[in-house]
Amino acid sequence: MASTVQEPPPIDPHREPGRGQAGNGGWRNLVPPDNNRQAVLDYSPPPTSTAIWVVLFAITMMFAAFTSALFVRKGSSLDWQSFTLPPILYFNTLVLLASSITLEVARRRIAALRGDLNSQVNGPAVWLYITLFLGLLFVAGQYVAWLQLRGRGLYLATNPSSSFFYVLTVTHALHVLGGLGGLVYVLHKLSKSILRQNQLDATARYWHFMGGLWVYLLLLLWSKL
Amino acid sequence: MGQEGTGTTVALPIRVLRVSIAEWEHFFEVSIKMHDMSAHAAQHHAPPTSFLRKHVFSLDHKVIGKQYYALALLAALCGMVLSWLMRIHLGWTNAAIPGLQLLSKTGAPGGVMTPEYYLQLMTMHGTIMVFFVLTTAPFAAFGNFFLPIQVGAEDMPFPRFNMMSFWVTFLAFVVLMSSFFIGDGPTLGGWTQYAPLNSVGAVGGPGEGMGVILWMISIALFCIGQLLGSLNFITTTLDLRVKGMSLMRLPLTAWAWFITSCMGLTAFAVLMPACILVILDHVAGTSFFVASNLVINDQLQPHSGGSTLLWQHLFWFFGHPEVYIAIVPGIGIVSHILITSMRKQMLSQRVLIYCMGALAVLSYMVYGHHMFVSGMNPFSALAFSFPTLVITIPATIVVLIWVFSLYGSNFRINSASLFALGFISMFVSGGVSGFFLAQPSIDIMLHGTYFVVGHFHMVMGVAAMFGIFAGTYFWFPKMAGRMMNETLGKIHFWLSFVGTYCIFMPFHYLGMAGNIRRYSSFPDDYMQSLIPVHQYITVAALITGAAQLIFLYNLIHSRFWGKPAPDNPWEATSLEWSTATPPPFDNFGGKHPVVYHDPYQYGVRSSVGDYVMQTSPEQVQTEHDEK
Repeated sequence: MASTVQEPPPIDPHREPGRGQAGNGGWRNLVPPDNNRQAVLDYSPPPTSTAIWVVLFAITMMFAAFTSALFVRKGSSLDWQSFTLPPILYFNTLVLLASSITLEVARRRIAALRGDLNSQVNGPAVWLYITLFLGLLFVAGQYVAWLQLRGRGLYLATNPSSSFFYVLTVTHALHVLGGLGGLVYVLHKLSKSILRQNQLDATARYWHFMGGLWVYLLLLLWSKL
Repeated sequence: MGQEGTGTTVALPIRVLRVSIAEWEHFFEVSIKMHDMSAHAAQHHAPPTSFLRKHVFSLDHKVIGKQYYALALLAALCGMVLSWLMRIHLGWTNAAIPGLQLLSKTGAPGGVMTPEYYLQLMTMHGTIMVFFVLTTAPFAAFGNFFLPIQVGAEDMPFPRFNMMSFWVTFLAFVVLMSSFFIGDGPTLGGWTQYAPLNSVGAVGGPGEGMGVILWMISIALFCIGQLLGSLNFITTTLDLRVKGMSLMRLPLTAWAWFITSCMGLTAFAVLMPACILVILDHVAGTSFFVASNLVINDQLQPHSGGSTLLWQHLFWFFGHPEVYIAIVPGIGIVSHILITSMRKQMLSQRVLIYCMGALAVLSYMVYGHHMFVSGMNPFSALAFSFPTLVITIPATIVVLIWVFSLYGSNFRINSASLFALGFISMFVSGGVSGFFLAQPSIDIMLHGTYFVVGHFHMVMGVAAMFGIFAGTYFWFPKMAGRMMNETLGKIHFWLSFVGTYCIFMPFHYLGMAGNIRRYSSFPDDYMQSLIPVHQYITVAALITGAAQLIFLYNLIHSRFWGKPAPDNPWEATSLEWSTATPPPFDNFGGKHPVVYHDPYQYGVRSSVGDYVMQTSPEQVQTEHDEK
């Protein structure tokens, strides 16, 4: 090589921006021109978008560990007793999936508001509140399922199958509560008009992931318990 | 709209219900103002003024890095004292250690420790060292301090998570140490906490009740702390790089921390659920890990059908990557220091990065080699043996790159570079015994002997410690603003280097002679004739341990009375040396550096000498070009 100097990538002020200026050469490789911040459309810090994938990966690993434990435990001994799942779980599934749809509706309304400030779009907050309600309904429904199992005499320590049922559903419900916290945060930011696109996107991704994770868990529990 | 990255406004001016255009404009302005502020004050927070926010609950990654370092130092002292106690007991079984009875009346009546208490101390030594020293110091401490600076960021993207990461880790340490003083002491199950002993409760022996629960809570907390840390490390590396800092222009340390955080993310997320399952076995009466019809101390256990191997699988899926979590930052630090001392580039920086990545990926495929004699299917032993041998290839390539890069260089000898060389030596000496252990047929004989103890102490323990020492001598000027004493540093190096070989080489001979690990004493059996070797090791350990006090003195004395350090004492090129010493609150004094060069431009002719900083726009010719 003739020279060791390599110029940094040129800045194109007309370029469609990625998600933020804080990266400034990072993953999104977005560099706002000095003192020309108007040219950059969304200053949302990109780490939030990256971070949510990191979080989802960690949660995936955690449930992968539980899943493998379930398989090994079931195969290691003959004391595994199957039981039928409480039917309310299927209702809960529908509730959680519906909440994903309402969240998407809210996201689209927010996007419409951003696209055209004059548009007469009904407030997205209503849909976020509906999502919040459905999320709470899901957790309440899970609680009812635990009560029903208790009524059938199936406790945490009764059998490995019930142990795994409680461990998986409770861990998932705790994560759903975390997602509800995220929704409350989004609503709070929304009410103060300081919501950022990627905060909303991250919350939505987490929420949809919780829905997908639940469908997976339901299939696992349905096929293995 | 709603697509990522196609917003029209700065933030999202959103109203809950329908609003007028005038109001929209108002919000638009407000949000723009807020954004300009956040753009200039870049990472979310301003310098704190109160003592509590500045030094205790600080959001500043540099303070958090120092806190991690202090925690690691404290933990290392605890772990070292524990090892002294154990060594004295191994050499002179009936010798009373004055004052030990104060720590535990039942565990050490009259100062002579019981076999159970020996195991309790051993467990705590291992746990403290692996988790709170080898994971926190090279990764969390140095990484927190230097990763954001090396990528040119003002802070980590999530400073509150970062603060939480440290304080959760600190809490984990407090919980772990509290087990010394609660009930019948800490758990005696070893740092691997094998089932079923970890799940049967107090009937398993001293500390197997409350001690195990505290251990599990502590480690689960530790996992949370490291997951939060990994989150910050990954996002910092990917998103906060400064203009011109492409991935391949990251220094090797930054790469090492990034790869380590990816490993940590995967490993700690698996250990935590495993800990939760053990806690449930204890407090809720479940049977995840305890088999049926298990009789312990003449008592039939109430559990049924659990899988003891399941714990080993879950634990080692974390446990093997954990040893790479301890050593990969060391590899990065040592490469960084070696290049600076050699004044020339490594043979191939790119290959070094790929090798670290390969170590990370392979580390998940080899964990079964800890379980060759566990009763696992012998065919799976073969399946785990193969990648174990394969993983030596990237490790060997790393060492060869180091050694052949050293050839013909103008090596600058100082404490940091000596410890970096010592790291190579330890890594090779400890790594070679790994070849033996990787073969199931040989491992059947060596498993559970001092051979294994010698192997992992050298390759993971001492090597990583040498990495920590090298990093400390190298970065102390930047962290504390003062130079460390070089003479004391060199004395510390030679005593540590010779001392650790005196301690850990004989371990291999002991192991080949059949000396079983974890036994507290061997007065009445075939291992009796090996006691003199243990006595020799004990003396070596006491002297080597005492030599660490030189380091401690050097550290504390230099912190307050050392010679003030210039901005770039080692004539190094990476970004941490282009800022003031110690770095200002926002790392670069209100400016964003711009990167023009690859990280290690040594052996060139520039206006400052034989190197050019990454941030220097100067055009330089390499010596190679001139020829």
